[in-house]
Amino acid sequence: MTAITVERVWKEYGDQIVLENLTLEVAPRSFLALVGPSGCGKTTFLRMILGQETPTRGRILLDGTALPREPGPDRGVVYQRYSVFPHLTVLGNVMLGPELQASRLLGRRFGAARRALADQARAMLAEVGLQGSENKYPAQLSGGMQQRLALAQALMMKPRVLLLDEPFGALDPGIRTEIHGLMKRLWNEVPMTVVMVTHDLREAFTLATRIIAFERQRNRPEERERYGATITKDIAIWPPRVAGTQTHFDIDTMPGRDDLTLDAAAAGTAR
Amino acid sequence: MRLINIRPTRREQAILACIPFVLLVLAYVAGSTLRLADNPADKLLPALTTLVDSVNTLAFIPDKRTGDYILWSDTGASLWRLGLGLAISAGIALVLGMLAGILPVARAVLSPFVAFVSMVPPLALLPVLFIVLGLGEVSKVALIVIGVAPILIRDLTITAMALPREMIVKAETLSASTWLIGLRVVLPQVLPRLIDSLRLQLGPAFLFLIAAEAISASAGLGYRIFLVRRYLSMEVIFPYVAWITLLAVLMDVALATLRRRLFPWSEIAQ
Repeated sequence: MTAITVERVWKEYGDQIVLENLTLEVAPRSFLALVGPSGCGKTTFLRMILGQETPTRGRILLDGTALPREPGPDRGVVYQRYSVFPHLTVLGNVMLGPELQASRLLGRRFGAARRALADQARAMLAEVGLQGSENKYPAQLSGGMQQRLALAQALMMKPRVLLLDEPFGALDPGIRTEIHGLMKRLWNEVPMTVVMVTHDLREAFTLATRIIAFERQRNRPEERERYGATITKDIAIWPPRVAGTQTHFDIDTMPGRDDLTLDAAAAGTAR
Repeated sequence: MRLINIRPTRREQAILACIPFVLLVLAYVAGSTLRLADNPADKLLPALTTLVDSVNTLAFIPDKRTGDYILWSDTGASLWRLGLGLAISAGIALVLGMLAGILPVARAVLSPFVAFVSMVPPLALLPVLFIVLGLGEVSKVALIVIGVAPILIRDLTITAMALPREMIVKAETLSASTWLIGLRVVLPQVLPRLIDSLRLQLGPAFLFLIAAEAISASAGLGYRIFLVRRYLSMEVIFPYVAWITLLAVLMDVALATLRRRLFPWSEIAQ
């Protein structure tokens, strides 16, 4: 059983070959990090899983069935920018997905159904550390908080696959570390497979269970158009990280709290 | 201190803003006094007292023949035509602009045609409108719609297309259908721009209104101006022009306020 199967996928734009001959099996609940130099097709690959682009050749399967040709609620996404809707409040952003799913005509819920949904949304916001900001607009939030909101919004749909396109690339280092902690916890708690594009190797090794490197093997100017990038490295993190469990390698040492036994007791499974 | 670093306070700003208006009035009074001293029967620049008397007659004394207060009945007739024309234009623009902005198929059908139609000089069509639609209200409203709607449509199309693709895809991953993307993602985000666009189109809308009224009407601000032109009645024309300008300014401010009230997020997001 695999979550995502990629079978001999090529992506070409006209004469330009971007990706060539990708084959990949991704186990359920893995956390896949896609790394590689800029312009090597990481994001294109992510968009193909998302359904925003279709492979020129080959096919991609999700839980054994062919991927629909357009994005859908089974695959959530968080981009670096433009992930949340500026015209909705924080609460409205998180409620939007379930509202759209339940009300196909107006895209809004009313009365008791709305209150129940708002409670769920508040719980989700508390989960990502945004309690108290429910009535703000995204433009009033910091970059890190916007990305937390984007995660909450995507997770409300209970996606089978969560796709992250350099989601934390624009954040300050301190904020980034905090949100890495959140991301790890969510991956442990929510039954989903995560695929993340990043150019931060440290981030990749901190979060992922497996790291896939994309690279152009032929990169002379005259070859650039006719040869695309492909998977050059496929690194499984050792010791293996498994969602929902932890090894003592995973216990992060907090500054000033370097007694690991204390930390392990307090942290429970959520790290 | 460099001039570039000197910032007036709010009070000073208000005073500075008054200067051009005061200068304009002073220039008028000076010109008027000089001309009247030369020739007391001069009609071109009537004295301020004459203007005030004229406004009083137009606004507060019922017309002997019809019993109407001329200024108010003219204003009512004109604003009705203008409002109707702008409302119909906004409605058409919202539907067609969003269609062309969201759906590539609709864009392929509509965009070239709208681009073509928006280049037709509306005033050149005015005789056609009068001939086909008659001399009543319909042709005047139609002129405003023909003049304003294509610009609004193009503007809304551009606004809808400028929404980041990421946002549309994100909505799809939140299970939105095409209809729901239009209703809950695109529509709320283009409405503030529609209001701004309407503000910019107030000037052209008044132009088309007055042009249509000048040719054929029995009431209206433009009608009155072109009626009294024959008698060189500057004491009517000047107040009417000032009144039309004031109306346009008030509508502009009202629309700007409406936008702020309805879409507070659009201010923050900028």
